[in-house]
Amino acid sequence: MTAIDYESKIPNNVDLSSDRRLQRALEHWLPQYIDWWKEMGPTDFNNNDVYLRTAVSVDSDGWAQFGYVKMPEYRWGIFLADREKDRKIGFGDHLGEDAWQQVPGEYRNWLRRIIVTQADTEPASVEQQRMLAHTAPSLYDMRNLFQVNVEEGRHLWAMVYLLQTYFGKDGREEAEELLERRSGNPDHPRILGTFNEPITSWLDFFCFTMFTDRDGKFQLLSLAESGFDPLARTCRFMLTEEAHHMFVGQTGVGRIIERATQIMNEHPKDDPRKHGVIDLPTIQKYINFWSSSSNDLYGGEVSSNSANFFGSSLKGRAWEQKNYTEHTGLDQMKEVTVWQDGKLVTEQVPLRNAMNEVLREDYIEDNQKGVNYWNKILDKAGIEDFRFRLPHRRFNRNIGSFAGLHFDIDGNPMSASEWEARKDEWLPSEADKAYVHSLMQKCVEPGKFANWIAPPPKGINDQPIDFEYVRL
Amino acid sequence: MTATETPAASLAHYDFHRRPEDFVHWQLDVDGPIATLRMNVQEDRGLHDHYRLKLNSYDLGVDIELAAAYQHLRFEHPEVRCVVLTGNLDRVFCAGANIVMLRTSPHAFKVNFCKYTNETRLYIEDASDHSGLKTLAALNGTASGGGYELALAADRILLVDDRNSAVSLPELPLLGVLPGTGGLTRVVDKRMVRRDLADVFCTIAEGIKGKRAAKWDLVDGVAPLSKWDDAVSEAAKELVAASETPTGAEGVRLEPVAPRFDEEGIHYDLVDVAIDGAARTAAITLQLPDDVGPKSAADARAQGSGWWFFKLFRELDDALLHLRLEYLDIGTITLRVVGDPAVVTAVDALLADAADDWFVREVRLFVKRVLKRVDLTARSVFAIADEGTAFAGTFLELALAADRIYLLNDPDQPVSMGVTAMNGGPFPMSNGLTRLQTRFLGDPSRVDEILGEAGVLDAERADELGLATVAPDGIDWEDDIRIALEERASFSPDALTGLEANLRFAGPETLETKIFGRLSAWQNWIFQRPNAVGKRGALQCYGTPNRPELDFTRT
Ligand SMILES: [Fe+2]
Ligand SMILES: [Fe+2]
Repeated sequence: MTAIDYESKIPNNVDLSSDRRLQRALEHWLPQYIDWWKEMGPTDFNNNDVYLRTAVSVDSDGWAQFGYVKMPEYRWGIFLADREKDRKIGFGDHLGEDAWQQVPGEYRNWLRRIIVTQADTEPASVEQQRMLAHTAPSLYDMRNLFQVNVEEGRHLWAMVYLLQTYFGKDGREEAEELLERRSGNPDHPRILGTFNEPITSWLDFFCFTMFTDRDGKFQLLSLAESGFDPLARTCRFMLTEEAHHMFVGQTGVGRIIERATQIMNEHPKDDPRKHGVIDLPTIQKYINFWSSSSNDLYGGEVSSNSANFFGSSLKGRAWEQKNYTEHTGLDQMKEVTVWQDGKLVTEQVPLRNAMNEVLREDYIEDNQKGVNYWNKILDKAGIEDFRFRLPHRRFNRNIGSFAGLHFDIDGNPMSASEWEARKDEWLPSEADKAYVHSLMQKCVEPGKFANWIAPPPKGINDQPIDFEYVRL
Repeated sequence: MTATETPAASLAHYDFHRRPEDFVHWQLDVDGPIATLRMNVQEDRGLHDHYRLKLNSYDLGVDIELAAAYQHLRFEHPEVRCVVLTGNLDRVFCAGANIVMLRTSPHAFKVNFCKYTNETRLYIEDASDHSGLKTLAALNGTASGGGYELALAADRILLVDDRNSAVSLPELPLLGVLPGTGGLTRVVDKRMVRRDLADVFCTIAEGIKGKRAAKWDLVDGVAPLSKWDDAVSEAAKELVAASETPTGAEGVRLEPVAPRFDEEGIHYDLVDVAIDGAARTAAITLQLPDDVGPKSAADARAQGSGWWFFKLFRELDDALLHLRLEYLDIGTITLRVVGDPAVVTAVDALLADAADDWFVREVRLFVKRVLKRVDLTARSVFAIADEGTAFAGTFLELALAADRIYLLNDPDQPVSMGVTAMNGGPFPMSNGLTRLQTRFLGDPSRVDEILGEAGVLDAERADELGLATVAPDGIDWEDDIRIALEERASFSPDALTGLEANLRFAGPETLETKIFGRLSAWQNWIFQRPNAVGKRGALQCYGTPNRPELDFTRT
């Protein structure tokens, strides 16, 4: 095997060319990763030139370089945000101590678990989205999909870098297992439920990048506070990329809404489906599904793990430094509603044990901003009798206190039979899915868009909308 | 508050006799020679309401049903050769004993809870060793702590390989205590996992997954989800095939034992427990019938759980459990067996002659278990052999299980003891020896001499043979007994527990003695230490906002 030319192949700011140990680990892992990408990535587009953004350094002119590249040759880099001099730990029991540059032995297993759980989501979404390009509504959208895909690949790299550099043999084994689990595989599924859900339409994709990538944002925000400095720095850089994924989701759904309203205004008496667009109630159902599924990703309402992770200064709150003045999380209670003995009970829980809920609340608040953006599109179109909304956080949950129970869209408890009878009002029915799928036809002439989605107001990197974003 | 001030009615009484149709936390399905026992713990139906049984974690109520399930199968479904022990949750088999329950329970309850669960695990192993009832632990998800310890009691462990499910013993890293249900002992003694690998295993809270778990012998095999059901059913069939016990027998229904509680104590048809709260003593009297009843295995089987011999030991078992868990300040138990020793020799003859009958065998195994329960009860036990008592054969074992035997030796008030074949092997203690062998560890010839005296013995001869601790005459008798009980009641209960546990189990170590010995020595010690239960102890802090602060001094 010829030695890898690290500096040119793998852009990095971790001094890879002089780190023998990391080189050895990557030599082993890199070919497996490429094999995984060729097998589980957007396979049928491996030989196409795609107009992609590549990060070659963390400075403002280096983190977003645009150019055509074949995806398997994408230069997945390893970047950590710049090291903050004399950084101190900002929360938990180690508040005020020097941030750890090495993994503290006593927290090694927890930290590894946190990193593996985050890392597992990155390749999972690539797998979930691998067939979508075949039904892309435009070259612009196809390119955005691929951009998200390669960046999720880079996020995997970022996490694997941590595992290989700081966790010895265990870390290397975990890195390999990240390439062995498969989204939706009955034998070795991805760790978290949402990442095993199929993404079969572009409406699913946009909802996923809106809601599920936003979970990624909040997990990264809380890990960006970590006392383990390399993790904090890695996550801070990942956040810059995550913002684009949510942009894709939010504007994607927005453009579907915009197109629907055009048809509604042109044919106010008709069922919009008659004109080949997605009606607003169906869009709402997809919102309900993906936002509720993503709510699960924060874990149980009351959790020992969350207390352990916060207490041990491994995982903070989102914007811990910016938004809070008290950082121990001790001697404070949080009101949490759970299901107990057949009814809803609001109880006072020690704040540290309720950190999952704290993060979920911030997340839901952030989601609401996206929903408001969509409602503005309705405002602009003069649609008055419909508004998008988020489902209640108890709706359709599979993790935590409300798992296995049934609640309507407003969070009112209901029986299993009532749920069965009414769930199609709130979640995409088989008929809804069949309709949405019927619209999914490839539309790849430069500048052309599928009938059910409006074009974006502008192109990528100041390129025109009819730019050839992917050379087919 | 002393016991005398405690109105009996305010005591919570556990029910140890739930039938499968009334199980809350388990689903039992019998299909020919294979029974499937699914753990399905109902979160909000624990015995107490200060904890919730999340993730198939268990409390005493869950374990009572588990023991009842095995007892049910052994008596009512002798055709079953293999139990598939599995769980109903996704990705989780069982999370072990409930931590909040342990943390918030008084020490005495914790110890008795652990003891009961240990007895249940040993009962599962006994069923495999002696009844040909094998257990396959089909771990459909992560088995942590007591969940893995439960699996360790099985003949074979199969773990699902979904790249996520693991087996683990996280007690040390997470809680600062030890696995209390024989986990450590079984890992190295039963599964013979290498000690250094076991050391690593026991310090990784998240445990060991799939193929590595198999490589380290922590499980016997792994199977992916898509092949899981086939792998489980194949392994179960293999266990059925390997079990030689004949099939075709028809079961016997176990009627629930029905204790009656009042201020005086606990009352059954053949067993009575008189509680003296002020003296902190319980007097257990076993009443033999006038007539031996069934003379053949078939007759005994026809009477089923109504057979007096079986019924009496079931009542005694129930009484011991109530005493252990509900009458915590009763320090001393006196035992009397009242009746005609000829009835005992007759029933023992049936037990010996019909040893091949499945029902008689199960009853013998059950009695063995109850006798061990006496050995393992952390109360002082005195056998009182006075006029009208009949410590003979199987019932002599009860006297031999006691810490002391008081024998009335007075020609005016004749007392009978007796020896039968049942004293020569069928009822070994945890150390693998009979109670006679353990008693005369220094003089094995004495055991043969006593076994050679088959039949009824008078007090004089019994004393000569070494069967009495003290043998006062009628004049001294009452005073001697009173003083012995008062003195006993004055000692430190903790020191007495330690003393008795040390003295009861002379002779070789076995898996069982190690499990109980280490439970009472190490686990109980660690459970009491500030590093576990102090304000900032690990067990105390688990699940709370506080992180433990340990005192790092090694003893
Ligand atoms: Fe990501
Ligand atoms: Fe993302």
